[in-house]
Amino acid sequence: MTDVTITIHNKTHHGALAPTIENFSLTLGAGEFVCLVGQSGCGKTTLLNSIAGLDANYTGDIRLSKATQSPKIGYVFQQPCLLPWRTVRENIELVFTSPTDAQKAHIERLLDFMQLRAYVAAYPQQLSEGMRRRVSIIRAFAINPNLLLMDEPFVSLDAPMAREVRLLLENLWQQRPHTVLFVTHDLREAIALADKLVFLTNRPMRVLREVPVNIARHLRQDAQYIDHFHTTLIENYPELHVLL
Amino acid sequence: MFLKTLPTLSILVFLSLWQLLAWYLQSALLPLPQTVAQVFFTHCQSGELPYHLGVTLLRLMVSFIISMSIGCVIGVALGRNEKLNAFFDHWLIIFLNVPALVTIILCYVWFGLSESAAILAVVINKVPNVIVTLREGTRALDKNLLNMAKSYQFSQFKTLKHVILPQLHPFLMSATRSGIALIWIIILMVELLGRSNGMGYQLHLFFQWFDIASILAYTIAFVGVIQFIELAILKPIDTAAKRWRL
Repeated sequence: MTDVTITIHNKTHHGALAPTIENFSLTLGAGEFVCLVGQSGCGKTTLLNSIAGLDANYTGDIRLSKATQSPKIGYVFQQPCLLPWRTVRENIELVFTSPTDAQKAHIERLLDFMQLRAYVAAYPQQLSEGMRRRVSIIRAFAINPNLLLMDEPFVSLDAPMAREVRLLLENLWQQRPHTVLFVTHDLREAIALADKLVFLTNRPMRVLREVPVNIARHLRQDAQYIDHFHTTLIENYPELHVLL
Repeated sequence: MFLKTLPTLSILVFLSLWQLLAWYLQSALLPLPQTVAQVFFTHCQSGELPYHLGVTLLRLMVSFIISMSIGCVIGVALGRNEKLNAFFDHWLIIFLNVPALVTIILCYVWFGLSESAAILAVVINKVPNVIVTLREGTRALDKNLLNMAKSYQFSQFKTLKHVILPQLHPFLMSATRSGIALIWIIILMVELLGRSNGMGYQLHLFFQWFDIASILAYTIAFVGVIQFIELAILKPIDTAAKRWRL
């Protein structure tokens, strides 16, 4: 794995008067878990869609560089985005042209890890919302992405279910540390997951500040460490107060 | 159990009402069901009914395939492209509102009383309906699923097969069902006005002879075939496509 650098210059949607994203530059270390934190509507989803190549209606410059070639991107959307007419297994395997035995074995391991082996033949509407989110995470991990984009994947889940899926994600990522760009407006969630926090301004979006999270992984389930980091963050960086 | 017997019971009630009314009126204008059945078998034995029914069904099939193919391609294109839709929207409204009879007469006048002119007239009448149905279906496609397909670099064929067609399925079924019904009506007019065979031609002859029993016998034969298409082809396709909803 190698670093991924994202550079966006003056991305302006057609018909808009001002750029949505002004001068954005971010380097993600190989296997680094980076959380983007910003207020609702600041353009976080637009940023991820731009990186994934889903947004075409704009002027400006978006560059995505990796040491060798353009990175393979996995995307976990806000909604699970599963095909309702395909089973769990089919939804996952569809990301491959024709899955090899190794890829199938990889999927089986991911299903086991996310505790979904018993539901491979089920259709999405037969699963709980939390299970559907887990399937979408497996689908993204299945392709072994160089860059994994996650757009508030726990939004609209109730707190216990969000915590359960978050723990599974964290454990999965620790086993397979892909480079992750994770969008959230929940700072505690970001502190619990990230190696680095990236705070964003409101539109036009820019990087306001990058802050490394120096809490050992095994301590992050303890709320007091998260609370302490949260308080320290506000004390050290008063300009972030408006975001927190 | 009772629910399953309801359709049969309904048909029996319909036949009984027909029988009672025909018996009460005692008129050649409304023959008894058994008289119609006798005429039906006579026409079948002579080979007349199967021949004319076959000719009409062949025209129906050819017109249907052409109309659906053209209509689906244009409908999806208009649904996906706002500029194209803005340009062709008025054309669509014009074609939707031209009476079928006018199209048929114009086709016969311009291209002669030929088989191709007959098929063309049916296609011109049906295509706008398919376009409108498929255009609405395409507009209703789930953008999140399309984004998912794009982000995971699905090929165009894979996107069409796994993402777009399953979403368009209800619209395709709707266009198919209404298409068969509409084409059937137009084909009868086409055959009545300018062909020397087919159901429409035969019904015209029976009308001139006031042969109501034959008119009803031919109608029953056609309704039976359409029911067969619905039960043996369309319903199984529909059930298979909707199995995930069970």
